[in-house]
Amino acid sequence: MEKLILPDIPHLRHIDVYEMRGGYQALKKALGMKPDDVIEEVKKSNLRGRGGACFPTGLKWSFMPKQTTKPKYLCANGDESEPGTFKDRAIFEFNPHLFIEGAIIAAYAMGVKTIYTYVRGEYAKWITLLQKAVDDAYAKNYLGENILGSSFSIELYSHKGAGAYICGEESALMNSLEGDRGYPRVKPPFPAQNGLWGCPTTINNIETLANVPIIINKGWEWYSQIGAPKHPGTLLYGISGHVNKPGIYELPTGVLLTDLIYKYAGGVLGNKKIKAVIPGGSSTMWLRGDEIDGVKMDAESLKAAGTAIGTGGVIVMDEDTDILKILTRITHFYHHESCGQCTPCREGCGWMEKILNRFLEGEGTMEDVDLLLDVANNIEGNTICALGDAAAWPVQSFIKKFRDEFERRAKKTPSMKKPVKPPHLVTLEV
Amino acid sequence: MLSEQNLKKLEELKKRYPTTKALLLPVLWMAQEQFGWISLDTMKYVADLLNLPFHHVYGVVTFYTMFNSKPIGKYHIQVCTNVSCMLRGAENIRDHICRRLNVGINETTPDRTFTVTEVECLGSCGTAPMVQVNNDEYYDNLNLEKVNKLLEDWSKK
Repeated sequence: MEKLILPDIPHLRHIDVYEMRGGYQALKKALGMKPDDVIEEVKKSNLRGRGGACFPTGLKWSFMPKQTTKPKYLCANGDESEPGTFKDRAIFEFNPHLFIEGAIIAAYAMGVKTIYTYVRGEYAKWITLLQKAVDDAYAKNYLGENILGSSFSIELYSHKGAGAYICGEESALMNSLEGDRGYPRVKPPFPAQNGLWGCPTTINNIETLANVPIIINKGWEWYSQIGAPKHPGTLLYGISGHVNKPGIYELPTGVLLTDLIYKYAGGVLGNKKIKAVIPGGSSTMWLRGDEIDGVKMDAESLKAAGTAIGTGGVIVMDEDTDILKILTRITHFYHHESCGQCTPCREGCGWMEKILNRFLEGEGTMEDVDLLLDVANNIEGNTICALGDAAAWPVQSFIKKFRDEFERRAKKTPSMKKPVKPPHLVTLEV
Repeated sequence: MLSEQNLKKLEELKKRYPTTKALLLPVLWMAQEQFGWISLDTMKYVADLLNLPFHHVYGVVTFYTMFNSKPIGKYHIQVCTNVSCMLRGAENIRDHICRRLNVGINETTPDRTFTVTEVECLGSCGTAPMVQVNNDEYYDNLNLEKVNKLLEDWSKK
């Protein structure tokens, strides 16, 4: 399969090379189409968001109001902070113009005049690389006033984050852009009605937008044939952990997880067995090593396997891994990154971390496992944004699949302390 | 006070956003780059500059982990210890750096050359383990030898 997002072309990040390879032709084609037809094309292609939620992109675009007196905005989400994920960085480095072209087409389709690219602050080096590409695009009038002689004007600004995982959540991203703390907003209202500064806004992942020029160039029929029918296209799978060749592999959706690990990433370090795999970034549910045979890497297949494609960040753990410690580290991460708005997440994540630490210190009991599950269950679905769910899912799936890990580590002599019961709602006698 | 150059940059940036509040993160970045960290006085200055309440600026500075509200060393070594790096021995790297520099996490060497902090995933999972130094270069695929070499180089500078 030919690579579409990150083809092996030297110096593709330079605008001249990009143009020579057919770059910005999709934009020219799109400008000759009606905006609604561009949205229709993307809708039919079945492109789904690459940021984790897999929402149909064309449908998202169609939510933007046609008649409005307010300015409309597009936010390109380059916050990329999900542990195990490092794909958007590669786009900024190797093929930034594909993203820029996609963003301009998206803006044209939705009638947007201003694009903000929100990039995590740690990516300072990649922000510079992106800015160079943006400047070059301005110089060639792909951006700016009356682009390519059309009546359409468009600005693209980069906005640097400052270290907060939560700002990858679309509404937190908007708050951060507005100069606030990155607090997610209650939905509804959805961003298409009430986004940045109360105006219609669409937020798309960098990789999602990079797919757009390909769809416009080759047509939706061609694109929708690639990979899994309900989740077509290629994905930038990031594979890390105990494999011989970690890195980004661009492959069609629906590739076998075992192929990804053994065929592409060179197998497990030291030819060891696999104990566990996280298939789509730290938020997704864990798979046991004996469960991965036949599992395909696309939204529907992974859903059927009880987990999710997420960002396509695969983390492989070999048989010698202290996976309880890894789970504790992940839970620490969510505790640290919880914005603190919702009690279940703010308190629950810390509570889960404490319980897990008890096991690492040999002080955990099997009652603690029930308590841990109870806390996780009370976080899930009870918070403004999905960070709470993202913290609960790894814990829940771990307890389901690796209960024996807790049993092995639990304190042998029964604790003298009474198990602490979670503070359930108390019925008041009135 | 922001430098003249930064103030000029600020005027340019104003055209990009419909409100001045949106300039807060860009201005805090400028301030941090200029002063190395963001003191309470800097926060007050930024609040006046953008006509924002001080508590808002304080809230934002303390919310984002990259803004340093305490002075830091010349080389701010940020060790990622999240999953992918941990699986590749990040804890060894962290402990080794701390031992070599004789500091704990979130501490600065007495000569103010190094500060060591532990950070969350920096998106370098395929080249783990890694550290970022200042808001600058990534040093990845690390092992103890490479770390020693880097520490020696920085100590000399």
